[in-house]
Amino acid sequence: MTSRGVRAGMVLLAVIAVVTAAASAIAPHDPGRQFPDLSYAPPMRPHVFDDQGRLHRPFIYPLRLADRLEHRFVEDRSVRVPLVWLASGSPVTTGASIQSMPSSPWLILGADALGRDIFARVVLGARLSLGVSIVATAGALLLGAIIGAFAGFHGGRLDDALMRVADFVLVLPAIYIVIVLRAAMPLVLTTAQVFWTMAGILSLAGWPYPARGVRAVLAAERGKEYAEAARALGASPLRILLRHLLPAARGYLVVQATLLLPAFILAEATLSFVGFGFAEPTPSWGVMLHEAAQAGVLAEAPWLLAPAGAIVISVLGLYLVSATKPSGLTRHEALNPL
Amino acid sequence: MHSAFGRFILRRAAFAVLLVFVVSSASLVLARLAPPDDAFGTDSATLAAERHRAGFDKPLPQQYADWLSRIARFDFGESLRFRRPVAELIRERAANTALLGLSALTLATLAGIPLGVLTGSRRGGILVSAARGASLALLSVPPLVTSLVLLLVAARTGWFPAGGLPNVPSDAGWLASAVITARYLFLPALALSLPIAASLERLQSRSLSEALAEPCVVAALARGIPRQRVVWRHALRLSLKPVLAIYGITIGSVLSGSFVVEIVMSWQGLGDLMYQALQARDLYLVAGCAAAGSCGLALGILLSDLALAAVDPRVEEPA
Repeated sequence: MTSRGVRAGMVLLAVIAVVTAAASAIAPHDPGRQFPDLSYAPPMRPHVFDDQGRLHRPFIYPLRLADRLEHRFVEDRSVRVPLVWLASGSPVTTGASIQSMPSSPWLILGADALGRDIFARVVLGARLSLGVSIVATAGALLLGAIIGAFAGFHGGRLDDALMRVADFVLVLPAIYIVIVLRAAMPLVLTTAQVFWTMAGILSLAGWPYPARGVRAVLAAERGKEYAEAARALGASPLRILLRHLLPAARGYLVVQATLLLPAFILAEATLSFVGFGFAEPTPSWGVMLHEAAQAGVLAEAPWLLAPAGAIVISVLGLYLVSATKPSGLTRHEALNPL
Repeated sequence: MHSAFGRFILRRAAFAVLLVFVVSSASLVLARLAPPDDAFGTDSATLAAERHRAGFDKPLPQQYADWLSRIARFDFGESLRFRRPVAELIRERAANTALLGLSALTLATLAGIPLGVLTGSRRGGILVSAARGASLALLSVPPLVTSLVLLLVAARTGWFPAGGLPNVPSDAGWLASAVITARYLFLPALALSLPIAASLERLQSRSLSEALAEPCVVAALARGIPRQRVVWRHALRLSLKPVLAIYGITIGSVLSGSFVVEIVMSWQGLGDLMYQALQARDLYLVAGCAAAGSCGLALGILLSDLALAAVDPRVEEPA
């Protein structure tokens, strides 16, 4: 079970990594491009058989507005728009329609209120949503490793004080703290500023998790013979710390990364969702979910939840992989930090 | 022994007070540091007059000192946005959040713990792998997503009201109002409880299978005590300690989760209030909400420490 689960998680993560890295090549349209007649268009199904049951190369039927007020669409069965592979810098686009009628874009996951391609937005949103989580995780690990190493190596009063602070930050209701911190900044920031601010705030909320573990590892390793031997050979404390002791905490840090990443992905989504993160028209998963949250809209256009699916897939992949870790869940790992 | 227990409780209580104090002070100071011109709604002259009345134009240290001295008299100030005393607003909203949070915690416990005992005590089988798969999947679904999906279900089927507070008619009997409340409460509570239930199930399952390997449990089995009885009477009690230990932390995730659920499902609780307060830069309300939230958190941690002490009388500082 475990090893199969881990392998499945690896595959999921690999797919996500490739899609994110190649996002601009994979997205069929620009995420900001609006198709005015396709507001709230549903996902378009590719076909290979036409109405007469004849086999064709994959094609779509273009959507025609049946009711502009209710955003009701019907497939125009009289026109076939073939899918074209690897043309004009995109893996799949639509060609000219067979019957020389106006062509139609292929909206794999439908369109949002402004007629923008949701698939393109989810794929490009991965860059921001996952990027901010990765940077925040790196920040939290770095900060945690430094503080934890310092506490574990130094010991004594300083150790006590640092760990007390860490415990304190751990029990705080993280999302409140993150939101208050974010609210203390100007409301309107550029996307790049939001990115770095958010990564910084999340690192500040997340550092105690790695710090506690690194401290425990170092406190245990400090007294072992090899550390003693290095000291006897005249190695400086810094060298002992960096070359001999910190590598012992490496495995622990990797496990922590797989626990912090999903928490930060959710944190980004939550922050952007409530309007303290990225803002329209920047495509990020939280921003997109914000639009889906209106009950009336959601019932008519459930495909607006596509970014929620992306969040679940990424988090699931990370959970499956983190199931490798040897020991049981400890008190602080058991729940998402955020 | 007795005095050791008393000291333990005292120390935890002191920690709780510190928690409330630090969180609310930090919220006040941080919200004050925010650029003031972002406040929505009013024109600048009214805004300036309002700010003067509320003391926002004083220097920060003095405003903080004033706030502290009023807090000592349990006066939390007045909300600029709602034009009502903060304490009154918070009392209303905190009741809603407590109702939501406690129902979610109860649901999660009722579902998670028995399932965890079941999956932890059996080797394999369809039920066990189904439960395990379900909780792994649910662990990856945050309250933000569960509440959106449940909102969609509600809007599509109409089985449950799609968000909002229960609107109980004043002439309804207690049974009728309980039914109406439960109908409105069900979806938000479910959305909040699903991820928690999943993590409780995983933890209980692991803890129980460890408990079943303890020598005393093996001895009980060897004497021929029926397995069911050993699992539910002996191993369960042994396994509860790590589960109870995370209840304190669970309160924190209930608070964080309810923040989102309340906004999505328009459940007017503390999280929703804090959100509005932050948007309006309503400082005293922000600090009050933070204080109320951390009070709940501190209370939860204290209760889980007490429960821990009840299960395992060798009181120790939880690591």
